[in-house]
Amino acid sequence: MKLRLLTLCAALALVAAGLQAKTFKWTSASDIPTLDIHSQNNALGNGVHASIYDALVYYNSRTFKAEPQLATAWRELSPRQMRFTLRQGVKFSDGSLLSADDVVFSITRAMARTSNYQIYTQGIDRVVKVDNSTIDILLKDPNPVLINQLTELRIMSKAWAEKNRSTEPKDIRTKDETFAHRNAMGTGPFMVKEWQPDQRMVLVRNPNYWGSIPTNVTEIVYTPVRAEATRIAALLSGEVDFVLDPSPQDLPRLRGNANLKVLDGVENRTIFLGMDQFRDELPGSNIKGKNPLKDLRVRKALYQAIDSANLNKVTMRGLSQPTGTLVAPQVAGWTEKVHQRLPFDQDAAKKLLAEAGYPNGFEVDFACPNNRYINDEEICQAITAMWARVGVRAKLRTLPLVTYFPMIQRYEASIYMLGWGVPTFDALYSLQSLTRSVGTGGDGNYNVGRYSNARMDYVVDRIKVETDLPVRNRLLTEGLQLSNETVSHIPLHNQIIPWAMKKNVDVVHRADNRLDWRLIQVN
Amino acid sequence: MLAFIVQRLLQAIVVMASVAFIAFLLFQYVGDPVVFLLGQDATPEQIKQMRADLGLDQPFFVQYVHFLLNAVQGEFGLSLRQGTKVSTLIVERFPATLELALAAALLALAIGIPMGVYAALRRGTFTSQVFMTISLLGVSLPTFLIGILLILIFAVMLGWLPSFGRGEVVKFGTWTTGLLTAKGWQHIVLPAVTLAIFQLTLIMRLVRAEMLEVLRTDYIKFARARGLSNRAIHFGHALKNTLVPVMTITGLQLGGLIAFAIITETVFQWPGMGLLFIQAVTFADIPVMAAYLCLIALIFVVINLIVDLLYFAVDPRLRVDKSQSH
Amino acid sequence: MTAFLRRWLDSDVGHSFKSSPTAMVAACIALVCVISALFANWVAPHNPFDLATLELSDARLPPAWIEGGSTKFLLGTDDQGRDILSALIYGSRISLVVGLASVILSVLVGVSLGLLAGFRGGWLDAFLMRLCDVMLSFPAILVALLIAGVGRALFPNAHESLAFGVLILSITLTGWVQYARTVRGSTLVERNKEYVQAARVTGVAPMRIMGRHVLPNVMGPVLVLATIQVATAIITEATLSFLGVGVPPTSPSLGTLIRVGNDYLFSGEWWITIFPGVMLVLIALSVNLLGDWLRDALNPRLR
Repeated sequence: MKLRLLTLCAALALVAAGLQAKTFKWTSASDIPTLDIHSQNNALGNGVHASIYDALVYYNSRTFKAEPQLATAWRELSPRQMRFTLRQGVKFSDGSLLSADDVVFSITRAMARTSNYQIYTQGIDRVVKVDNSTIDILLKDPNPVLINQLTELRIMSKAWAEKNRSTEPKDIRTKDETFAHRNAMGTGPFMVKEWQPDQRMVLVRNPNYWGSIPTNVTEIVYTPVRAEATRIAALLSGEVDFVLDPSPQDLPRLRGNANLKVLDGVENRTIFLGMDQFRDELPGSNIKGKNPLKDLRVRKALYQAIDSANLNKVTMRGLSQPTGTLVAPQVAGWTEKVHQRLPFDQDAAKKLLAEAGYPNGFEVDFACPNNRYINDEEICQAITAMWARVGVRAKLRTLPLVTYFPMIQRYEASIYMLGWGVPTFDALYSLQSLTRSVGTGGDGNYNVGRYSNARMDYVVDRIKVETDLPVRNRLLTEGLQLSNETVSHIPLHNQIIPWAMKKNVDVVHRADNRLDWRLIQVN
Repeated sequence: MLAFIVQRLLQAIVVMASVAFIAFLLFQYVGDPVVFLLGQDATPEQIKQMRADLGLDQPFFVQYVHFLLNAVQGEFGLSLRQGTKVSTLIVERFPATLELALAAALLALAIGIPMGVYAALRRGTFTSQVFMTISLLGVSLPTFLIGILLILIFAVMLGWLPSFGRGEVVKFGTWTTGLLTAKGWQHIVLPAVTLAIFQLTLIMRLVRAEMLEVLRTDYIKFARARGLSNRAIHFGHALKNTLVPVMTITGLQLGGLIAFAIITETVFQWPGMGLLFIQAVTFADIPVMAAYLCLIALIFVVINLIVDLLYFAVDPRLRVDKSQSH
Repeated sequence: MTAFLRRWLDSDVGHSFKSSPTAMVAACIALVCVISALFANWVAPHNPFDLATLELSDARLPPAWIEGGSTKFLLGTDDQGRDILSALIYGSRISLVVGLASVILSVLVGVSLGLLAGFRGGWLDAFLMRLCDVMLSFPAILVALLIAGVGRALFPNAHESLAFGVLILSITLTGWVQYARTVRGSTLVERNKEYVQAARVTGVAPMRIMGRHVLPNVMGPVLVLATIQVATAIITEATLSFLGVGVPPTSPSLGTLIRVGNDYLFSGEWWITIFPGVMLVLIALSVNLLGDWLRDALNPRLR
């Protein structure tokens, strides 16, 4: 009832302000799992939550620098203590005022045992209220990327959560749904009008929103459509305005359509191949008694046998940025030098293999996902053919994500494909997970080839505690350089993400593949 | 009759328990939902904690018994993907699938039976050959291809019908129906046709085959000799006797419709149980998959019971059989 | 050899064949498909399974008669640079093997169990029918995942050969049920007919009665279902390949080609979708037409 009244008021207000009702209909493959901002770490969900809930800071969509959102200023009181000044006069969509209590509550909620959002609260010890418009975040160790982490920590109304018994994210073990799963109370530009999971979500403008934003959209309708061809059909027939994940095959047709356009940009995700460098003998290979992938020359040979220019041109149709390192250009630590690939040279590859003792090549198991990254299966097939030319007979198997990830985490793949996005825009995120030896607390958690290099471990551990920024950046680059020299992985490319939409829609492309709801124009 | 029904009910319980058992066996291999719940960045400790919370680290039999005890009370837990009660999800999505299946079944029967009878009666004519060949196309093309082609023609090129969704629905308590709104009718046409094509072909060919058999039998010849009209012969006698195998198959197919609906629902984003199941498989959402399988098993058990009862009703020879079967 | 052929052509069945143009056309098409599949190495212009011969720059070329195409690749190439014509020939070999094997096995298992259930009755019948209920609850997809998982655990190194076995086994396991139920239903009816009573009275062994007397009379619907199932098997295999339990994508079957082609429907490269689809339709059509003719020809009552 209240919601309906509010919506009515909102509509009237907008009409009074002379704005027309503009609906933005968009689609992608799946629905968001929940409206509870701390229940799951799902990229699509996080993007949608950003329209309903605000965080202390948020990335500028063009520069990817963190900007004030609910916090207007911050300063470091000590390496382990950061003080934030909160914006005044911010209201939740039910009209209540935002206060420091809400901020303390929300960040603490993200750290709850039942929260699956703890990746973003890493290093935070606790949050304390200083006064009604100031809070302090206390850290366990100095953390140079704290601000980046905060862009994903959104603020929920404490009073609302308490009233609706959602003070903690849902406990998987309990049999009851929590209110926060299907309902929301935030300070963001939009609020939820209705949600039928897997069918339709309707958001309308928040009449109590604190800011003024350029968008002219008054209603957002999200209808997930799982089948790729149907999704494109919906755009072609005009039933939706925007498709977040069109497949590369359809792009030429979409680009050629007079009513549609395609926007693309480099994503902060890098695709690469990893190799088993731990075992002494590879299962699934015809080489007994030794592991070819442990030899640097073999890894280099595999690397140089890959024709990345052709992969880019033919398989990806230009939608990739071939790279020689594990992170995208926007990530701290990237330099033009580490970005250089080893040259494509099949003769050199054959020579290296012969030197390493495999003049006739060898067989090896090769696993790839088939529904995760753009054209993942096609890329792996093309690479298999390229390797066949230098004598390496890769036995390719492709799996859907839900069986692929557990499989590689059980170390069952000899060569595998992986993509790694960097939400903190800082190379430590990649180095720690992918190249540091397997340890605790996130070290090497996706280093499923079990690559291990003492110098790399030392560099990564130093970066974790280094607060002097220039030193830190130098170390980041050193880590990436070392990964290149030892061919810890074979980098392939940074993904370029295409978005397809009607010609009358204007959006800003973001490297984290999410829409900035404040900037959408429907003309 | 009563003894028969009781016997079948007991057997039904055994069937359901076996389904649950095999389903549980399967779930060890379908993958790991944890990767979706925690995202790519989770630490091994978090993963271990999550698995313990989900009860995934318990031995097989413990999990199975736990599940069985809950299932009997109709309690399937929460969907891992959505966090909603599974029973709620199933109840929400069931009407959509049922409507679609019924629409498709009616379409298939209404078109398939007459076509089959025609093809049998006018065997060898050009029209019947055309029917047979067209029907083969319906069987040879994958359902997803048919669906997409229909969307291409009717939604994209002609713009007559919508390409996805169910349209506006009217709620009656827990039931939702799309058949009371114009938009709802528009949305159900293409999916129903897609789903019906395979069944239509099957029914048509079966009716034709059986009818041809029956038309050659002696009692039909006698009926003709007695001077009964063609209509009386064909529909009063021949068609009725054609029905036994056709009924078996149709009964099976009604359940198969629900299974086939998975693909159709995926293509048209029809919010039914088939789509729910596919999403559950992609996510390794084990509670939903388990509940779905149990529901399907229940439906098949019930349908088979009805079909067997119908046998007795339609074919008097089978009624005699009961007393002689020992 | 020729004598045998001549005798066959003169028989009733042969006569029926000669007088049915559709049957002859269908047989020709089926024969062409089967032979080209069997002798793929000689028939096909390229070997699409030999990865070292693939050139990525040859990818997505249109058919030879369209501008941009080349006579080297008559029907064009797919996204990996594979010649579509060759891929169709090699691919249909895989699909036909999987399809025919699983159908034959399904029919063998299903018909035998159905006969047994219908003839014997009692608890055997009840048990088999309940088994059918259980099997019906599992879509082929899930069964395939289970078998693939078990197979991986038992034979961790045999990826490719395992794929065939998994496919055939899963399609068989989910396919036998429809035959069993149909045959059982018809057997129940036939069992009380006079000729069966007569055979029993004269002391003919039950197995003989089932095999020589009841079986021919229940095969009608079975043949219809079997011919349809060949096409279904190929399509099921396409779905399974998507789930990662099919043949490796580097040696695609017809079903895999269709599944891959599905992604190209809305792009400009229609040949990647259309030709595998046409091939599937041809195979299914010819198999079904032959099956129709065979059923009519073998049925003594229809002559």
